[in-house]
Amino acid sequence: MTSIQEPQIPQADLDAAAELGVDVSAQQGLDVVAFTPARMAWKRYWGHHGAAVSTVILAIVMFMALATPLTARYGINEQVLKIEEGNNVFLSPRSIAWFGTDDIGRDMYSRLLFGIRTSMFIGVASAILSVLIGTAVGAFAGLRGGKFDDLMMRVTDLFLAFPFLIAIILVREFLGGLSFLTPIIGGKSSIRFIIVLFAIFGWMGVARLVRGQVLALKEREFIEAARAVGASNFRIVVSHLLPNSIGPILVALTLSVIGAVVGESTLSFFGFGPQPGENSTSLGYIIGLSRDGVQRGDWWLAVFPCGALVLLAICINFIGDGLRDALDPKLDSGR
Amino acid sequence: MTESASVTDGVLSLRNLKVSFRTPNGLVQAVRGIDLDVAPGEAVGIVGESGSGKSVSFLATLGLLPRNAQISGSAKVVGTELVGASRRTLNGIRGNKIAMIFQDPLSALNPVHRVGDQIIEMIQAHQSLTKLAAAARAVELLDIVGIPQPDQRARQYPHEFSGGMRQRVMIAMAIANDPDVLIADEPTTALDVTVQAQILEVLDRIRREMQTAIVMITHDLGVIARVADRVQVMYAGRVVERTGVTSLFAHPTHPYTEGLLHSIPRHGLDRLVPIPGSPPNMLRPPSGCAFRPRCSHADERCERDVPELKPMGDAMTACVRVNELYVASKQ
Amino acid sequence: MARFIIRRLLWMVPTLLVVTFLVYVAVRIGWNPVASYQRANPRAGKKRLEAYRQANGLYPGPSGYVRGYGEWLWKFVRGPSHWPRSIKGGGEVWEPLRYSFFNTLRLAGIAAVLGISLGIGLGILASRRPGGWLDITVNTTAFFVGGVPPFVSAVMLQLTFAVSLGWLPPAGVYPPGQRGFDLFLMIKHLTLPVIVVMIQTIAGYSRYMRASVLDVASSDFLRTARSKGISERRVLFRHSVRNALVPVVTVIGIDIGSLIGGLIITENIFNYPGMGVYFVDAALLGDFPKLLPFLVIIVVFVIVFNLLADIAYAFLDPRIRLD
Repeated sequence: MTSIQEPQIPQADLDAAAELGVDVSAQQGLDVVAFTPARMAWKRYWGHHGAAVSTVILAIVMFMALATPLTARYGINEQVLKIEEGNNVFLSPRSIAWFGTDDIGRDMYSRLLFGIRTSMFIGVASAILSVLIGTAVGAFAGLRGGKFDDLMMRVTDLFLAFPFLIAIILVREFLGGLSFLTPIIGGKSSIRFIIVLFAIFGWMGVARLVRGQVLALKEREFIEAARAVGASNFRIVVSHLLPNSIGPILVALTLSVIGAVVGESTLSFFGFGPQPGENSTSLGYIIGLSRDGVQRGDWWLAVFPCGALVLLAICINFIGDGLRDALDPKLDSGR
Repeated sequence: MTESASVTDGVLSLRNLKVSFRTPNGLVQAVRGIDLDVAPGEAVGIVGESGSGKSVSFLATLGLLPRNAQISGSAKVVGTELVGASRRTLNGIRGNKIAMIFQDPLSALNPVHRVGDQIIEMIQAHQSLTKLAAAARAVELLDIVGIPQPDQRARQYPHEFSGGMRQRVMIAMAIANDPDVLIADEPTTALDVTVQAQILEVLDRIRREMQTAIVMITHDLGVIARVADRVQVMYAGRVVERTGVTSLFAHPTHPYTEGLLHSIPRHGLDRLVPIPGSPPNMLRPPSGCAFRPRCSHADERCERDVPELKPMGDAMTACVRVNELYVASKQ
Repeated sequence: MARFIIRRLLWMVPTLLVVTFLVYVAVRIGWNPVASYQRANPRAGKKRLEAYRQANGLYPGPSGYVRGYGEWLWKFVRGPSHWPRSIKGGGEVWEPLRYSFFNTLRLAGIAAVLGISLGIGLGILASRRPGGWLDITVNTTAFFVGGVPPFVSAVMLQLTFAVSLGWLPPAGVYPPGQRGFDLFLMIKHLTLPVIVVMIQTIAGYSRYMRASVLDVASSDFLRTARSKGISERRVLFRHSVRNALVPVVTVIGIDIGSLIGGLIITENIFNYPGMGVYFVDAALLGDFPKLLPFLVIIVVFVIVFNLLADIAYAFLDPRIRLD
């Protein structure tokens, strides 16, 4: 995506420059002011137009979803009109219901805000859980190697090759069937369960990434030096390896948020999602209800929730892309 | 033979060739006007540090530089102008009249095609031979460059060859259409010392038997001593000295050449004297003589103007103080 | 090469046994076949329940799982006539499975061939001038489209072209009541589902191919190829595209999982009678006899396509040695 705001410099140019012995980073006569790495990353991030715009949009959406007492026009289960005052179901968008109403006359706009809140909570919670598990397992496997490493790679290979939707439904039913787990992770259709479910699938990608980082960094001089002065493995991981792979981990965290949000919506759409309960709803739940609306032609039931999902997905993808450019400028974002 | 006749008879002639690259930081002036004449069957050495523009000049001649390169001046191969030539003209000449071999034969050969097929592609680009005839010719070429069991080796892939054998394949490919001039860009740098000698021997044999002129680009004066008849020393995109190979080693005239000779290990010399400093930044090349910042003989004259190549003894030298220095060294 | 393939095929047998056993255990724990049978047939008596239990080998306890798996496997390999029947209506499992399999194969085949070739073509075009207008257009579109979940694009296309405009049928493979083969009707029904699956494929492969060609672009062997005096077209196809295809083709084999995922979603939205509809119906009902053969087929597919990916890799890149 770098190419959107600046034409990429062909590698050949850089090669040519390198061949000519030109050190591009330290040109005499160029005004190079020293920045800290964090400051540089910050500048690069906001220089990525897609990421900058997305951050602002996401911030607005999140504010609206969190400040529902201010932003929502109706309560979560409140109908826009008393039924005595006239028909209130399947109303198309109008002044009393900007995004129309659903099958029992509730305001779609307000419900969307509540839904986004729940879905983003699911996304962020499962992403954090995935990253915690994935980082621990990946760092251990990369540092230790051997049997554990082999086993981890095998298991993740198997899961990643399997069709995601089938695998996740299979694991969902399996976990739901293990009754001794229910007190810990909740029932199949609880929010807690869905968070655990996405964490189970999410950690694998992170673990492979961290493992790769650890393997690459392991051979570097500063790790050797730390080892030479007698630092323990744990200490090496926490104080040397992790700070050096924070970039890719942050990008993975961002992308797993939207992975879980889209996943929740997909599961809900097919009837395998969470039932958020009496006083809450989720984006996936709302989208799941839109299925029948589409067949009838009630477009607002599908367009607004799907639009919200796509908006979130594209914003978060852009933010991930911006983070990647900002934190690891060497990485080619074209792939 | 008159002076002008020898120019037209040359298989390769560069006139005031300039190459610069547009980069985000500005224009990098890689080659700042060089001249070169190569006669049929002659071996010319081009010497210089990396970044002196020695490879770039010839890549520019063959039209192999990336899009951001700006080329001016003239580069003629057997009388055909290649600077600014159409792709059609260019493709008629390269591989046919002029061929090039590169430093790292492993990355220069396509890993997914058989060695024989890569040579056949070269042959069929310029000769109307059937695939079968071209294949037979490819085997013959592999034999010429000294690859044992050439018919079997032709069916193998580059990764199945050793470094020296791969470079022989590159040479076989380069001479497939009996070119008039062969550009060898550091052909032995990536190879073992023992293999280097064999490759140089092959190149020398080809020059003698096929009357192919060879331009040997290298930073290794040992290679020059072994192969070349005469030498052009390049520094910062310009030719600083043009001389015969014997006079180069016997009495170098330019301070840079002298520095180069002192910085190679030799028997009986107990200390290497490296040239101080590093090559100039070609985004902003220094005014006057480019070697001035590193030269122990530099004075205010060197700062003023760019020295031109002037005869000095058997050589041509681009140094304003060459007369005094030459006299001093003779004493 | 032949030895490698034979060895891998032999290895498939234990892999399949282990994976299908794990799947068997997951399905038995996850769907509780007895309970779902009772849900589907609330008026079934003790005798019918016992018969169902016997037919499917639903013995309790860990040893019962092993025994039940063994019996089920034996029935499975003896052929469809020995397979236990569906819990709903007691129909045969093989007939609907075969029917949905070929429906899916048709949809997936068309979408994959068109999507992958268009994606690769666009990727090559985009890579010709990195930073050019075509490159930016392709890359940006792929980025945006890649962010749209397939069920969203399916719903939106259905809403626009089927429900609102009425140009194309919203669901099914033929209109209700249609008998026999009708190419025109079939194409009309396939158009929207194929487009949905294609969109994802094109977005993925165009970005991937572009990156791969650009990776190759700085290779020394391209400079050698140009120095030969062959046409730029030949340099492009015989050298840069040929080499760039190696990693992309490998991905095609591994990517089968995400293709199947996209198909399940698409089929359900367009009510296209394929494997996706079959699976979701069986999964929602807890139809044990229908679920297992489906999952075995999926496992076989994933393993076979991974093998094909390895073979394709070795075939395209002579440096890879298989053994």
